[in-house]
Amino acid sequence: MAAGRIVKVSGPLIVAEGMKDAKMFEVARVSDRKLIGEIIELHDEEAYVQVYEDTSGLGPGEIVESTGAPLSIELGPGLLQSIYDGIQRPLNVTYDRSGHFMPRGINIPGLDRKKKWEFKPNAALKAGETVEAGDILGEIRETELIMHRVMVPPTIGRGKLVRPPAKGSYSVEETIAEIETDEGVRPVSLMHRWPVRTPRPIVKKLVPENPLVTGQRVIDTFFPISQGGTACVPGPFGAGKTVIQHQLAKWSDAQIIVYIGCGERGNEMTDVLQEFPELKDPASGRPLMERTVLIANTSNMPVAAREASVYTGITIAEYFRDMGYNVAVMADSTSRWAEAMREMSGRLEEMPGEEGYPAYLPSRIAEFYERSGRATCLGRDGRIGTLSVIGAVSPPGGDLSDPVVQATLKVVKVFWSLEDQLAFERHFPAISWLTSYSLYHDGLRDYFSSNVAEDSDALRGEAMELLQKEAELKELVRLVGVDSLSPQDRIVLETTKSIREDFLHQSAFDAEDAYTRLLKQYHMLKTILMLHRACLGALEKHCPLRKLLELPVRGKIARMRYLSEKELAHFDSIQHEIEEQLTTCMHESRTGEE
Amino acid sequence: MVTEYTTIREIAGPLILLDRVDHATFEELVEVELPGGELRRGKVLEIDRDRVLIQLFEGTRGVDVAKTKVRFLGRGLELAVSPDILGRIFNGLGLPIDDGPRIIPEKRLDINGNPINPYARIYPKEFIQTGVSAIDGLNTLVRGQKLPIFSGFGLPHSELAAQIARQATVLGKGEAFAIVFAAMGITFEEANYFIRDFQETGAMERVVLFINLANDPTIERIATPRSALTAAEYLAFERGMHVLVIMTDMTNYCEALREVSVARKEIPGRRGYPGYLYTDLATIYERAGLLKGKKPGEVLEGSITQIPVLSMPDDDKTHPIPDLTGYITEGQIILDRSLHRKGIYPPINVLPSLSRLRDKGIGAGRTREDHAQIANQLFASYARSKEVEELAVVLGEAALTDTDKAFKAFGEAFERNFVQQNVHENRPIEQTLGLGWDLLTKIPRTEIKRIKDEFVERYLPKVEAESAK
Repeated sequence: MAAGRIVKVSGPLIVAEGMKDAKMFEVARVSDRKLIGEIIELHDEEAYVQVYEDTSGLGPGEIVESTGAPLSIELGPGLLQSIYDGIQRPLNVTYDRSGHFMPRGINIPGLDRKKKWEFKPNAALKAGETVEAGDILGEIRETELIMHRVMVPPTIGRGKLVRPPAKGSYSVEETIAEIETDEGVRPVSLMHRWPVRTPRPIVKKLVPENPLVTGQRVIDTFFPISQGGTACVPGPFGAGKTVIQHQLAKWSDAQIIVYIGCGERGNEMTDVLQEFPELKDPASGRPLMERTVLIANTSNMPVAAREASVYTGITIAEYFRDMGYNVAVMADSTSRWAEAMREMSGRLEEMPGEEGYPAYLPSRIAEFYERSGRATCLGRDGRIGTLSVIGAVSPPGGDLSDPVVQATLKVVKVFWSLEDQLAFERHFPAISWLTSYSLYHDGLRDYFSSNVAEDSDALRGEAMELLQKEAELKELVRLVGVDSLSPQDRIVLETTKSIREDFLHQSAFDAEDAYTRLLKQYHMLKTILMLHRACLGALEKHCPLRKLLELPVRGKIARMRYLSEKELAHFDSIQHEIEEQLTTCMHESRTGEE
Repeated sequence: MVTEYTTIREIAGPLILLDRVDHATFEELVEVELPGGELRRGKVLEIDRDRVLIQLFEGTRGVDVAKTKVRFLGRGLELAVSPDILGRIFNGLGLPIDDGPRIIPEKRLDINGNPINPYARIYPKEFIQTGVSAIDGLNTLVRGQKLPIFSGFGLPHSELAAQIARQATVLGKGEAFAIVFAAMGITFEEANYFIRDFQETGAMERVVLFINLANDPTIERIATPRSALTAAEYLAFERGMHVLVIMTDMTNYCEALREVSVARKEIPGRRGYPGYLYTDLATIYERAGLLKGKKPGEVLEGSITQIPVLSMPDDDKTHPIPDLTGYITEGQIILDRSLHRKGIYPPINVLPSLSRLRDKGIGAGRTREDHAQIANQLFASYARSKEVEELAVVLGEAALTDTDKAFKAFGEAFERNFVQQNVHENRPIEQTLGLGWDLLTKIPRTEIKRIKDEFVERYLPKVEAESAK
């Protein structure tokens, strides 16, 4: 292992000389305090190390030791319900040991070494049979919600099972089985290590099929993301990126959530930590925390660890995907990750690309999002897992020409564009229906028509068209006033107002409104559009516009969101009322003419 | 034995480059002795083998290459703290500048502090009544929040900050509180406005001031908020006080940072500000909040609430300083020049203003059950009134529908009756919410969509509701 001495300190970057035999991306321990760093550049025997902790107090002459291993994290039972910093040090254990403020040079393993896990072996496995990476050796009930599948790690691979796993309680380091490989007999424990910058292997990628149902109407109905898909949420500050990420972490139907707080506010992570144990999963009624892993490298914590945090998060997500789960990663915010790269690049005196970001920014972003997808996992049962990634981007001034936004849009398939004008009106989620898009509509059409309703896709198209028309009409109104519009156009404006206020607007803080199932979303939109068509029909029969704008049923439509999921029958009664009120309306206008 | 170096090789802006240094550490404090015997302080920015780059807090005027001596002190910049700092005035480096006695330190704390472990935080939920309707009603401040005021030159941000400091209370509680005030590059008059206000209200003995005026050394501004927050952390988390920190003006702080960055010839980010401005500001703003107590579920006595004030150059919210601040802080209060011209105080433009912690700090048991919904309704209606106003400008009043006219009247009344108040007027939250409900009588009942029926029944004034129809 290489050891050398510090010759230069510049913020989070140190340079050490005498680092013979050091390799790129190896982890190094810096000074007697054993600060953790990673080698990011080598010149002869000079190693450039980015240090994941505060470097104040370091000076030339202090020792730097390479550990010979790349930056890796521990994978095994105990990940769920944990909160880690950017390099998988458990923050709760850190707190118990060191108090309120983060100390330096802490060395706490990611997984609890003492805890015993009840392991149930896979009965089908026999001694002497050949196993390969991904084969399931047994199971552990990690939380009430999640069964942790213990697999043959890819680091061991194919071999003969010389000692099959036995039932019992084990700590993460104890041997549960032995596999004879070409390199000899290898013990298998519940835990293995994996380098974060290397994607975990899969058999092959598949095309996404099902939506990631989020319960957010604007997302599920208008701009859906599929399980295994990628989405990006850019927006200026205050537009509600974090609230959307929180909503998805709470309500989306992924089985595992990895939430990466990358360079964001400390209190936001606290919010998740305090709220998730109390919130119940809509499907199982268990606390949401039981399916969640949190990575918190807040803005005031060391910059370099922020850079590592997104890799730590996605590696944990891949591990659960390998078990065959539907996993979703929320990364908030990828701009802070990019800024961390920019800062290190500046200290390395690299030639800057756009806006001072390094030239390799787009390729790093693309590599990150490419770790998502629906895939056949390793293992003989051919199970399928998905990994969806939703990244928030915080462009300066909300300007979408920002290099991070542009590089992200190149690779993601869903774009939820947040607009501050909507946020000012407190229209949340402030996702603009005019500029956002989803490229998953075609792939998800079958799912929607067989699981929701035949005409759900057509309804969406109709509503979208109306919203486009509204934008044009509003331009016109600005020039000539609303009175000069035709009655038909006035009805369009009334309907789109209803789509916006009664459908797209959704309160994250109202118990009933926060989550809407697909079927209710469909009925809500269908009712609004039904009224629209009925009004247009009534106009042709000379029903006066004023009456149509004042139909009492509009009040009921505005309150549809508060109908509980069990009261879908109410939609029939609202639709019935629409028919009734319009009949009365037409009848009155006819008698009025007589 | 401290070694003295006289090996200055280069002086540029606030920086000196020292040669042939045996031992220095990153961020170490240095003492520089000028030929005349004057002492200045600086800190190590970079070490490259035996060359050390030092930033001088008091500037490099009078420093020469030949005779100036540099000593490394073997520690970072520290602040001497004790309960006696209350009522005292310090410079940006934490040295007393009033005529009071020396502080006998209980302990010395590194002004950079350590980041708070996110796991150690308690989510802030306790409503602070500032008595300002535009804040309490719509952009509520809670204890432990960092809520900046975005202002512009000539706008009354000092008056507003002082009013908040004067009036802020947590309902039904009388606990130990303190105010830490950090002035960075503001004028004597502005600083004096605060000091006089503290004296007049008798708050002075609960205040700690860190003053770096416009004519004080620029680079000292980099240390000023850190000294102030170190004092705040001591008072809050070691002495159990609820501390309100006012920092003004953060724009001057950022400019000092830029000055150093340019002198170091770093690759600039937007508008010449360094690429690490976000991280740097975060290490200041994140030093706010509440901490866990000893037992599970308990809150440690004491808190830090921050009200940084910054002036937006050219009133531009997308300028890097307000932009990056907004990404770190938990909302922002934005002052608006056109409201100010109309004579409205405080000229808070509520629409782009925001308090991210509002929703968990208000409601039944904290303020009142209808608070969140009435606030959302007021926001939505005021936004609508602004749209109508634009329309009226283009098309003339005559083109407006009756509903539009109702919203226009609502908007005007909102600014005059709700936002506007006297600089010494302290409105209880009940009154603020009542004013909001009064305003809603000006718009048709069917347009009240953001509030549940039961609340409308309970709170909407009945008589006016009839006449509005």
